[in-house]
Amino acid sequence: MISFLMHEKQDTVGVAVVDLKAGQVVQGRSLHGKCTPRLKTLSDIPLGHKIALQPFKPGDTVFKYGVDIGKIVAPVKKGEHVHVHNLKTKRW
Amino acid sequence: MKTPTFLGYRRKNKRVGIRNHVIILPVDDISNAACEAVANNVKGTMALPHAYGRLQFGEDLELFFRTMIGTGSNPNVAAVVVIGIEPGWTQRIVDGIAKTGKPVAGFSIERHGDLKTIAEASRTAKEYVQWASELQRVECTVDELYISVKCGESDTTTGLGSCPAVGNVIDKTVAMGATASFGETSELTGGEHIVKAKAATPAIGEAFMKVWNNYNDMIMKEKTDDLSESQPTKGNIRGGLTTIEEKAMGNIEKLGKKTKFVGVLKPAEAPTRKGLWFMDTSSAAAEAVTLWAASGAVVHLFPTGQGNIIGNPIEPVIKLSANPLTCATMSEHIDLDVSAILRGEMSVDQAGDKLLALVVRTASGRLTAAEALGHREFVMTKLYRSA
Repeated sequence: MISFLMHEKQDTVGVAVVDLKAGQVVQGRSLHGKCTPRLKTLSDIPLGHKIALQPFKPGDTVFKYGVDIGKIVAPVKKGEHVHVHNLKTKRW
Repeated sequence: MKTPTFLGYRRKNKRVGIRNHVIILPVDDISNAACEAVANNVKGTMALPHAYGRLQFGEDLELFFRTMIGTGSNPNVAAVVVIGIEPGWTQRIVDGIAKTGKPVAGFSIERHGDLKTIAEASRTAKEYVQWASELQRVECTVDELYISVKCGESDTTTGLGSCPAVGNVIDKTVAMGATASFGETSELTGGEHIVKAKAATPAIGEAFMKVWNNYNDMIMKEKTDDLSESQPTKGNIRGGLTTIEEKAMGNIEKLGKKTKFVGVLKPAEAPTRKGLWFMDTSSAAAEAVTLWAASGAVVHLFPTGQGNIIGNPIEPVIKLSANPLTCATMSEHIDLDVSAILRGEMSVDQAGDKLLALVVRTASGRLTAAEALGHREFVMTKLYRSA
């Protein structure tokens, strides 16, 4: 079963398409099906929320749709929930 | 792909509508009561109360008249009764709508009072609604439609499923020769370079960037924080969207993969030829859809993630969602469930075909969820304070 989707293969976050619990091993897929990452969740991640596909440190740029969607402001481990507590806009 | 047909209303000016409304249009806030009284007296008519129309000036006043005249001129409207406090601006709106060739009459309240105005306007409204009830639908083709697109209460599922499905319909219908428009100027922030690259010519791309820069400058001037909870909204954040850049990228999926846009419109300005147009609009749903209806759009495609329930009195709003939780808990608001895209059980192209089939049925008269539930949000855009 696919648990998360990525828009492009270079994306550094995925989107949970079902509610995920911490400690699950989950299978992802890019929309075009070319990329099939598998990893262990470290947080509960609700449907529609983002999962880190790699570790991040403050200042890192996050890529989704293959483009820059903002900067990391708190350390993130691979498999953790990425949202307003650790990712901010670069615009406003 | 063969251009689908539907049964619509071909108006005197050759424009095609998919609804046959008789509207009672207030020029100003203080004429709302009279308009609502007329709509109550004459069944099958609809009043459009709003908050403005007094002491506006400059570009804001121009937008006000464009919205009023455009709303009355929309091909989904068969006839119009206009009521204002004084005769001058009332007549200006009547004259603007009359250019379409449809029946329109104006009434003003000063030197008559509400009761006499309501009585006279009601008699005209009754004639109009009986006349309109005899108009027949005729065969029309999808290339005669003007379609507007905007999403609301977006989440990450809109970018994965419902917005790409709308983009697929834009690619298909614009290729057939339809007219379409997207907007939400502020909500393209983070992907403005991608929108610019979708312009048909470099000059159109520069015209778009000028509008986007103006809007962004306004936000930078007025903002008191990073806009988190305003843009993205609380609902967007609950649904998993974190930044404006991420939200913009989902939004842009509605523009399609192949279609280039052919021009830039002011708020409520009508396209002058077929193809996809950018309109400078707010990203707030009711404001934006009201502007598109005033520009002549006859059907709106509205992807939602968390469940924005908007409707519009003039143009039917077709709602689709790829969020399984929203489709399950708010099913009465959702016209098309495309959550199968998230499960890998439906392609974007298949979702586009389903949505296009629903556009055709809606154009032939099927009520949308928002119409059946009575959602008629009519919200005028105001650019600045009145004089």
